[in-house]
Amino acid sequence: MTSDATSASVGGGTGATDGPPKDGPSATGGRVTTAYPRYVAGRVAGAAVSLLAVLVTSFFLFRLIPGDPVKFMTGGRQVSAEQLAAYREQFGLDLPLWQQFADYCGKALTGDLGTSYQFNAPVVDKITEALPNTLLLTGTAFVLYTALGIALGTRSAWRHGRLGDRFHTGLALVLYSLPSFWLGLLLIVTLSVGIGPLPGLFPTGGMESGGEEGFAYVVDVAHHLVLPVVTLVAVEYGQTLLVTRSALLDEMGGDYLTTARAKGLRDDLVRRRHAVPNALLPTVTLIFINLGRTVAGVILVETVFSWPGLGGLFYQALSVPDLPLVQGLFFVFAAAVIVMNTLADLIYPLFDPRVGR
Amino acid sequence: MTTGKWPAARPRAMAWQRRRASAARFWRRYRTHRAGVLGLATLALFVLLALAAPLLVGSGVADVTDAPGSPLERPSGELPFGADRFGRNLLGLVIWGARVSLLVGLFAAVLSVAIGTVIGVTAGHFRGWYATVVMRITDWFLVMPTLVLAIALATVMSRSLLTVVVAIGVTTWPTTARLVRAQTLAVESRPYIERARALGGGHWHIMSRHVLPHVMPLVLAQTTLIISSAILAEATLAFLGLGDPTVVSWGGLLQDAREAGAVSAGHWWYLVPPGIAIALVALAFTLCGRAVESVLNPRLGVSR
Repeated sequence: MTSDATSASVGGGTGATDGPPKDGPSATGGRVTTAYPRYVAGRVAGAAVSLLAVLVTSFFLFRLIPGDPVKFMTGGRQVSAEQLAAYREQFGLDLPLWQQFADYCGKALTGDLGTSYQFNAPVVDKITEALPNTLLLTGTAFVLYTALGIALGTRSAWRHGRLGDRFHTGLALVLYSLPSFWLGLLLIVTLSVGIGPLPGLFPTGGMESGGEEGFAYVVDVAHHLVLPVVTLVAVEYGQTLLVTRSALLDEMGGDYLTTARAKGLRDDLVRRRHAVPNALLPTVTLIFINLGRTVAGVILVETVFSWPGLGGLFYQALSVPDLPLVQGLFFVFAAAVIVMNTLADLIYPLFDPRVGR
Repeated sequence: MTTGKWPAARPRAMAWQRRRASAARFWRRYRTHRAGVLGLATLALFVLLALAAPLLVGSGVADVTDAPGSPLERPSGELPFGADRFGRNLLGLVIWGARVSLLVGLFAAVLSVAIGTVIGVTAGHFRGWYATVVMRITDWFLVMPTLVLAIALATVMSRSLLTVVVAIGVTTWPTTARLVRAQTLAVESRPYIERARALGGGHWHIMSRHVLPHVMPLVLAQTTLIISSAILAEATLAFLGLGDPTVVSWGGLLQDAREAGAVSAGHWWYLVPPGIAIALVALAFTLCGRAVESVLNPRLGVSR
C-alpha cells in the first residue's frame, strides 16, 4: 500500500525503498516484547552491510576514471620523474590495487578518508567544513516543503475534485517536472540580476557577503538562503503533496470518519484528529526517504547558487577528478540515504502498530 | 510460424481479437482522462517536431561557422528566440535538441525497464538463492543515490550519448524490478500456472507466455513514468558537462548559456526556451504515465 502510493503518485525513480516492512516479523507472529528489538537489530545489521558495500563501490568505481591524478596535482608543470614518483608514494598510488584497497578500508574504519589531491587537506576536514552549510540549506528546505506538502495535500484531498484541488495538484506536477538547476538559474536572472525595471533583490550566490557579525551575519546568511531554499522547496514539495493527498483519499471512505461525524464533531476536527493521523503513515516513510535524498539531490542547487556545501564540493571534485574527495562524498551521500531509510524502517512500526510488531 | 495450420491459427486469431478489443477498451478509458490526453497531444507535437527537424531547420543549425545571427542577439522577428553564444538560431537549436532529449529519454527508459523486467520476472519465477542474491543487489542499487551514481558512471565512461543512456538506465531499474517481482509472485500463485506446469510448460514458456503478458501493463505505465525522469536526468548530466559535447541537447544548451554568462548578464531569453521544453516533455510523460496507471488500476482512478 505504502510503496504503491509512493511510486504510483509521482512515478519513476522516486520509490527509494520498498516501503515499510510488511513482510517483517509480524508475519512470523513474534511476541510483542521481543519482536521489535530483534527487528531493529536486523535492520541495523542490514544497514551496516549496505554501508560496507557502498565503501567498496566508492573505492572501485572511481578507480575506473581515465586520466592520471598525479598529472593534475602537478598542474601541467614540468616535473621530473622523481617528483612524480614522490607524489605517487605520498598518496599511496604506487602500491598494488588490493593494497590500496586494504589501506583505504582500514583507514575508513578509523574515520580517515584520505587526503584531497586538490586542496591537499584531509577529506574528512573538507566534508565536516561543508556539512553544516548543506545541512542548513537542506534542513530549511526540508522543513518547509514537508510542511507545505502535507498542508496542501490534506486540503486538496479534503476538497478533492474542486478547483483548489485541481490547481494545487496541477501546479505540483508542473513544478515537479522542472529541472531544479533551470529554476535556480531563472530565479537568479529574475530576482538577483533583475530584468528591466526589476531591481536585484537577492544575492546571486554564495552564503555570506563577508564582513558581517552577530545578528547582521544571521540576516545576511538568511538573505543568501532565500533563493536556493525556494528552488528546492518548489521542486520537492509536489511529491509530498501527492502522496499525502492520495493517502488521505484512501482514508476518506473509512467508517470511523462517518462515526466521528455522527458524534457531531466539526469538520476540521474530523480531519485533524481522525483522518490525517492515519493518512500520514505512508507520508512518514516518504519524509525520511526525502531527507536522505535531499542531501544527495542538492548537488545541482548548490552548484547553481555557489553554495559552499557538499554538493558544490562534489561538483568541484568531479571536474578534477579528485579521487579521495569524490569517494568520500559519494560515501557520505549514500550513507545519508541508507541511514534515513533505516530510520524510516525503525520508526514506522512505532507509528503503525499493525506493522512490524 | 504455424499460421498455415487450422488448429493453431484459430486460437491465435482469437487471441489477437481479444487483444484488439482490450486495446480499444483501454483507449476508451484513457480518453476520459483529460490530463492524459493533453500529455499525449503535447508528446505527439514534440515527436513530430523532432522527426521533422531536418526539414524544418536543417542539420546546419548546429553549425558554428555559418551562424545567422550575432552572438547573444536578442529575440527579433528573424530569430524568434534570439541567438546563442555562437550566433546560432536558438529556436532551431531547441527544435533540433528535441531529437537528442527524446531519444536519450526513450532509450534510457527502455534500458532501465528492460533490466528491471528481466530481473523482476526471473527473481519472481526462480525462487531460492538466485532470487535472494538478485534482490540483495536490487536493494543495494535502491539505496544508492541515483543522481550521484549516474554522475559517477558518466564521469567514469567516455563522453557520448551511449554513456548517458547507460548511466541513467543502469541506475533507475530497481524500482521496476521490485514492482515487477511483486506482480510476478502474484501471477505465479494462480492455478493456471500450475496447470501450465503440469502440462509440461518449461520455465521459458511460463515466464514469456503467462507471466510477461500479465506484467506488461505495469511495465508500460512504469516506462512512461521513467522516461519523464530520464529526460530530466539527461538534461542534468548535460548541464553538469557530462553529456556528449558534439550534439545539441536541451541540457547542453543550458550549460552553454551558463558558460556564456547569460545568468549574470540577465539574458533570460537564452535560458527560458530549453528549460520550458524540458519541463513540457517531462510533464507530458508524467501526465500520460498517471493516466495509464489509473486506467490500469481503477481503484486509483476513483481516488485521483
